[in-house]
This record gives sequence, structure tokens and C-alpha cells, in this order.
Amino acid sequence: MSEWESVIGLEVHVQLKTRSKIFSGAPTAFGAPPNTQACTVDLALPGVLPVLNAEAVRMAIVFGLAVEGQIAERCRFDRKSYFYPDLPKGYQISQLDEPIVSGGHLDIEIDNGTTKRIHLTRAHLEEDAGKSLHEDYQGQTGIDLNRAGTPLLEVVSEPELASPEEACRYFRTMHTLVRTLGICDGNLNEGSMRCDANVSVRPRGSLVLGERTEIKNLNSFRFLDKALTFEIERQIDVLESGGTVERQTLLYDAERDETRPMRGKELSDDYRYFPDPDLLPVVVTESMLDEARATMPELPAAKRQRYVEQLGLTDYDARWLAADPGTAAYFDAAAAACGQPKAAANWVMGDVAAAVRREETAWTEVPVPATQLGKLIQRIDDGSISGKIAKSLFKTLWDDGGEVDELIESQGLKQVSDSDEIAAIVREVIDANPAQVAQVRSGKTRVLGYLVGQAMKASGGKANPRRVSELMREALSTDGS
Amino acid sequence: MTVGQFATIGEIRTALKSKAASAVELARDHLDRIALSELNSFVTVCEDDALAAAGEADRQIARQGQSGLLGVPIAHKDVFCTAGVRTTCGSRMLAEFVPPYDATVVTKLRDAGAIMLGKTNMDEFAMGSSNENSHFGSVSNPWDANRVPGGSSGGSAAAVAAGLVPAATATDTGGSIRQPAALCGISGLKPTYGRVSRYGMVAFASSLDQGGPMARSAEDLRVLLHHMEGHDPLDSTSADTGPTPHEADGIGLRIGIVREYGQDLDARLAATVDEAAAVFERLGHERLDISLPHTAYATAAYYVVASAEASTNLSRYDGVRYGHRAESPVDLDDLYARSRSEGFGAEVKRRILTGTYALSIGYYDAYYRKAQRLRRLVRQDFLDAFAAVDLILAPSTPSTAFEKGALLAPDETKDPTVMYEQDIYTVPVSLAGLPALSVPCGIVDGLPAGMQLIAPHFGEDRLLALAESFQRETDWHQRTPAS
Repeated sequence: MSEWESVIGLEVHVQLKTRSKIFSGAPTAFGAPPNTQACTVDLALPGVLPVLNAEAVRMAIVFGLAVEGQIAERCRFDRKSYFYPDLPKGYQISQLDEPIVSGGHLDIEIDNGTTKRIHLTRAHLEEDAGKSLHEDYQGQTGIDLNRAGTPLLEVVSEPELASPEEACRYFRTMHTLVRTLGICDGNLNEGSMRCDANVSVRPRGSLVLGERTEIKNLNSFRFLDKALTFEIERQIDVLESGGTVERQTLLYDAERDETRPMRGKELSDDYRYFPDPDLLPVVVTESMLDEARATMPELPAAKRQRYVEQLGLTDYDARWLAADPGTAAYFDAAAAACGQPKAAANWVMGDVAAAVRREETAWTEVPVPATQLGKLIQRIDDGSISGKIAKSLFKTLWDDGGEVDELIESQGLKQVSDSDEIAAIVREVIDANPAQVAQVRSGKTRVLGYLVGQAMKASGGKANPRRVSELMREALSTDGS
Repeated sequence: MTVGQFATIGEIRTALKSKAASAVELARDHLDRIALSELNSFVTVCEDDALAAAGEADRQIARQGQSGLLGVPIAHKDVFCTAGVRTTCGSRMLAEFVPPYDATVVTKLRDAGAIMLGKTNMDEFAMGSSNENSHFGSVSNPWDANRVPGGSSGGSAAAVAAGLVPAATATDTGGSIRQPAALCGISGLKPTYGRVSRYGMVAFASSLDQGGPMARSAEDLRVLLHHMEGHDPLDSTSADTGPTPHEADGIGLRIGIVREYGQDLDARLAATVDEAAAVFERLGHERLDISLPHTAYATAAYYVVASAEASTNLSRYDGVRYGHRAESPVDLDDLYARSRSEGFGAEVKRRILTGTYALSIGYYDAYYRKAQRLRRLVRQDFLDAFAAVDLILAPSTPSTAFEKGALLAPDETKDPTVMYEQDIYTVPVSLAGLPALSVPCGIVDGLPAGMQLIAPHFGEDRLLALAESFQRETDWHQRTPAS
């Protein structure tokens, strides 16, 4: 065990999925051509004014309730001043000392299934900046203000994360939570969630925090892990070689896998915060809280607990299914449709998940309705179709759509369980394979499987395999006696 | 043409209704006077657009008669954004800026049928009390070309006083409507903060800026306010209080005279305000002495708060997206530094520096926070006073129009706060967000004197009613520089 321990706090920027921006009516959709989603307010033309998007406030309240934080009855916005080309007003509208949410916690699962409570300092609303594009313009910088004014909820944790693993677990737990709440689309590669990590190291057991550094703008679980691992190693190296860690702001360079000091952008000694006179204080009423409570979805932890305790799923399955709100919703609907949670879980985690991965489909856009999957599971259970037929039927449903019972009927997939019909097939197979029959009778029971397989094949896969096997054994033992 | 050079909006409407004049004739007539004027009160004149709009107004009048401001020529202070018409804010920074949108005030007045003849000169970014801080040159006072018209709405005030337009829009942050109205001998109203939308009004100090009308009578101010006011979803700070009611002429109002306002006041000006108080007493109102004990701190508090807000409001002028941009910058910092150094004038730079300083770590508590505390005390002074009186009567300015250059501080050799003292009677009202108007109340050495009437929040109806009754008793508002 290392004689050093690390202390990490995360600031996660959650991009709220409102339709329009936090202070203007421009759309927030990702991927539009540069500057096509920036209106006069986002461009900071003279005389235009910010108007707060009520939906962003509602989402912040939902988050605050979900993490059991304090929702401020009254909060306000401040101006944070610095010059940068992608910050059109020359100040960012943020919340300095009156955040909308204070306190709260996020419980993360650590090894061996125990949970650790990570306390939150605060969560506040602010607007995002635009983007500077350096690549495509030789010697010049392009400015894309589509993202300027996108609503962000910045969630600040206490420095209670003890390792890169815990930090990643926290980031993932947050990722699941905000998507379950429906306040963020969670698309990391589009920058919908980014985090800044504050990290320091100290001798194991020490109660004093070491000097910290801040790593800015980490936008994937992997980069968070790698950046923290690198930075912790770097700080330990510095301290072990007798140096001191300097407080500084760092950027993680994924290509070189290293952190290095940040220059220029967004760095100022003094942001000259003061209350924004263009915006009135935000007053959160009891009815706003009631409305948020009424629309609160089942939270991931409660969901996991329900899966284990009420549906009888394993802890692993429960966690797997609850990790993504789209998956969980699909599973819930399928399980409800068939009344067999375990079978539904197997299908969702097996064939459905495989297809989702292969086709790169969102869980909310799986082409097979969960009710159809439920029906499919019921038809296996009542012996109408075999598991093998069900797999191919699922593929048909995925590719071409359709209704389970109709497809079974029209494609003649109904499993044959009728003893006479199966007995006839068994007889044909016995007659056609005298050598193998002889082998079975001489005790080579392995060959029985071959004969059963032939019978299944002859039935076009529709025969009930258990019944085929029974009748085959019966026929061979009878004939042999 | 039966409409005189100094006709009021009421007279113009009558002439349009009776077909004694057409909107085109009126526009033409006023445009000709603007072209001949040497006051430099206009930055931009929109002759073609104005004549086209007037033609359309005439067709509408022919169809359905005159209503609202249909066919009435007006001018907008160049702080209001006008779609397709450059909006300079008196600055080199925005000398070429053509907004793609209208300010809400501009939209509303156009919807009411007013014909915009052009954009009026002003102190750069509305910072100044003499209109000498304009990139487009100073404006002359129509009563004496060697004197200033006041500021920052100097162009609008001079244009109305000279009969170039019957009315104009203006803005008031610390006195920019009331002081030039007083110095030019016209009527000007600063509404309650929030009464008129700030959308599209280039921001100076957001918590203080308020648009309002300038005209030749209180009656005209009422008409204009009616077409400018109202809640605007594009301005979060605009109030949702409904329109200003038309209050009957109140009798027996208690009018407060501020004890602290006597000190720096020119004695002859003081006498005109005293005379006005006597008029009110004759009209059956009661005169009471009141105290506003924190008056002495108001100007200092104002310059800290207003400059702090301005320092950030003006950060957007960075040469990146629009506005003045320095030639061949060597890097980003050079682009910022030179664009802003070249684009802003001395007074604007002074206020940006003052405001930046006041908000800096280590100075915030001593300046910005303390100024905000004083602001609350000044406001409380008024609220306390309004427990005892219905309205306050005060001078608008400490002196009549002063000579050009007299108070200017073009460099560090002169004290800029001498000019700031012009606002001692107007700034406290601004800090409190109250409505106030300035109307002419006398002539001192051939120059107009103005008085302020101040009401509780959203008490414009009472203000206007009292001013209207005063103007029925006196003719100071009918005096013109030509007469």
C-alpha cells in the first residue's frame, strides 16, 4: 500500500437539456453549423437583455430534490468578468454566493457492493461559453457561439473522493442520475457532461490537506481516470523528490497522457463578481417544489433496490439494468408485459443489448417495442415457440417489425408438441440413420444428441426439443428391447 | 400649413385630424428645419424612410382618421436600437453599427404611428451632463449656442427646444432626461425604473437606466408615456403594473420641499422653484418641509454603482464581433487593448476604470458594497418622506445652462467630479428608482430654469396631473428660444 493518499473533489458541469438557452430563445441542439443557433442575446449585441429560462430552474430544483440538497427560496445571478473571444458579453452569468442548491449528497457504490456517501457543496446555474475553433483557420481563430448560453448546472462535491476509481464511480453515478431525472442527455462526446477535478495528495492518515491542483475540462470517464492517475503520480513524485506542489490549473493532454499548466483562457486573478442587474432574484415557491416532486422519477438507487427485492434479480443484473434510464425503462416495460422479470432481464441484457450495441441504437429507440419482447417471452414460456425460434423471431422483429403472434402464425413457427407428429419424425430419423441407431444401442449414448438434432432439423426447428428427446429415447429403448 | 414650429403633439394631432396638415407636410417641414439647424442635435437623419412612413400615415388617416401618434414626427435618442438604421450611442465604437432589431420603445412608438425623423446626438454611452462627450461633436443649446444643452440626452432636448421635432425619446440614468430638459426649457419625464422596457436600449447602468419622453408640455409627456410604457417579456426588470391611469387633477396634495437641496443652488434658480411652490399653494396644495438626510452621499454612491455596472456592460465592445476593431492586431490582447482604446472616449474610459476598480478584490467592500448600502439609505429617505408628503418639489439642476468647455475634464489636469455635481438633484431620485419630471419654471438671465416633481414608485399619474395643472397656470413651458 502506498504511503500517500489522494483527496479529490469534482466540479461536474451538467448541460441541462432545455429546448432553448438559459437566457435567450435560441435553440440548444447540438451539431448545427457554426453560429446558426446564436441569437442577438447570445451574440451580446448592444441593448439586448437576458431572460431566465424557467425550465432550467425547474431542472435545477429536480436535481436538488434528488440529491436531498437545500433549494434556496431565493437566489440570484452574478456577473463573472473576463475577456475571451468565445465569451461575447465579456462576462459569464453565473451564481457566486447564492446558488440554487446547497448541500445534498450522492451515494456511490464502491468495491464489494458497499456504498459511500459523497457530500455535495452546492449546485448552481450558469451559462456556457462558445467555442474557439483553431484547426480549420490557418493563423486565425474561428468563433462558434452556438453553445454560448447553453444552460449548465455546475455540481460541486466536497473533497471526499479517495481515488481515481471513486472519482469515476461518482462521475458515472451522476451521469446515471441526471439522465434518469431527464435533465441531461448525458452525451459525453458532445460535451453534455464535463468535469473539473481538484486533486491533492497527503501522507496516508494525515488530516491536513495537501496543496491542490485543478484539472480542467475532462469529458470522459476514461480521461478522468487517466488524468487523475497521472496527476496523483506526478504530485507524489514532486513530494518524494523534496519539492512542493504548486497550486495551478492544468489541462489533460489525452494524446500524451499527461497534465500540463493551462495558459490564458478563463484564467484571471479577479473575476469581479457582482449581482447581475439585468436579472431579478429567482424566487422558488412551494408550488414549484411540489410540481418538481410530483414529476420526480424513480431514482437509480431505489430502482436497484426494487429490482432485487421485488423482482428477485441478482445484484449484478439490477445494477446493470438501472445504470441507464433508457435500459431500465425498456426492461420495466418488457417485464410488466410478460410478468417474468428474470426472463426479461436475460433478454434485455442478452439479445437486446447485443443488438443495441451492434446497431448503435439508443435504448429509447429500440425498434422492437418492449411489449413485443414481453409477448415473445410469454410465447416461450407457454411452449408456443422454442428459445431458438424466439431468437430468430426477435431478429425479424428488430429488422422488419411486426407482431409476435402474427409472425408465429404466418411463418408457421409454432412449436410442435403433438406426440404423434413428433413420433412420426422420430421414426423417420431412426429409419434413415441405422448406423447411428446401432451405436446408441451399443451404449454410445453421445450419439443420441445427433439423432435428436436430426429430428429437430427435420421438423424445421419447430418441434419441442424436450419432447423430441423423450420420444427418441423411448423409441430406441422400445425397439432395442 | 397651419402648424407652427413649436406646436405640441396635441396641436399636431388636431391639424392632422382636420386635414389642415398632412403627415408628409409635417415630416417635410421638420426635416427642412433639421437640415438648416446648426445645433448638431442629430447624428443620423432618416429623410427617405420618414417621408415614406409619413406617406403611409396619410393613407391610413384618409382611411380611418388620425389616432394615437399617427403621423406625428419624433426623434429617437441614438441609444435606442433601430433596425436597419445605425445606432451609434455617440461613440466611435459603434459609429458604423447597424442593429438588426428595434428597441421595444421604438417598436411601440412606430406601432402607435409616430414617424421617426432621425437619431439624436448624445454623450457617449449616455455618460455625461453636457453632450460634450459625443464622438459626433458637441450640441449647442438653442437658447445660447455657446452653452451646452445638458446631457446625456442633449440632442433630444435641443431638438425639441428648437422646434426640430415636437417630441423625442431620451434616457435617464442619473439625470440624463431631467437635466437637459431643464437646461433647454422643455418638459421631460423619467418614469419609475421598470415602467418602460430597456430592451434594445444600449446599456449604461442596468439598475438605473430608464427610457422616457421629452416634449413641450406635460400633457404631451402623458401621451408619449402611454405609448412607451408596459411590461416587456424581453426585459426581466420591466414591471407588470398595467398602464398609467389618468388621474383627475388632485386637490390638497402635500408637496414636500427638500431641506438639503438648498446649499449648492443658484439663488435666482431657487427663487423660480419658490415661485412654483407658491403657484401650487394657490392651487390648493400644502407645502411642507422634508428632510432627505443621506442626500450628501448620493452622488458618490451613484458614480460607484453606475460605473461598476457600466464597466461590465461595456465589456462586450471588444472588437471581435462588431463595432470598432483595431487595424492589424499582433495578438488577442493587442486587439482588445487597441480596439477599446481607440473606440472609447475619455469619459467612458474613466468610468470603466472607476467601475473595474470598485469591483476588484480588496476594493469591493469599500466601494461597491458600501455604495449599495448608501443607495438603500437614499431610497429609504424617500420612502420615509413619502409617508408625510404626496410629492416632492425640487430644483432640477444647480444652475442654468453653462458654457461649453466650462466643466469639461478632457484630461487628468481637471477634476471630472465638478461635472458630476450637475446631477446632485437628479441622482438621488435615480438611485431610488422613482419617477420624476422636469418642467420649465422660469427664465434666469435669458436661460430657462427647470423644476423637478418627484412621486412615489409608479406615481406618474399624480406627477403628470400636477405638472399639467402648473402648465395651465403658467406659460414657462411655452417660452421658446426664438420668442
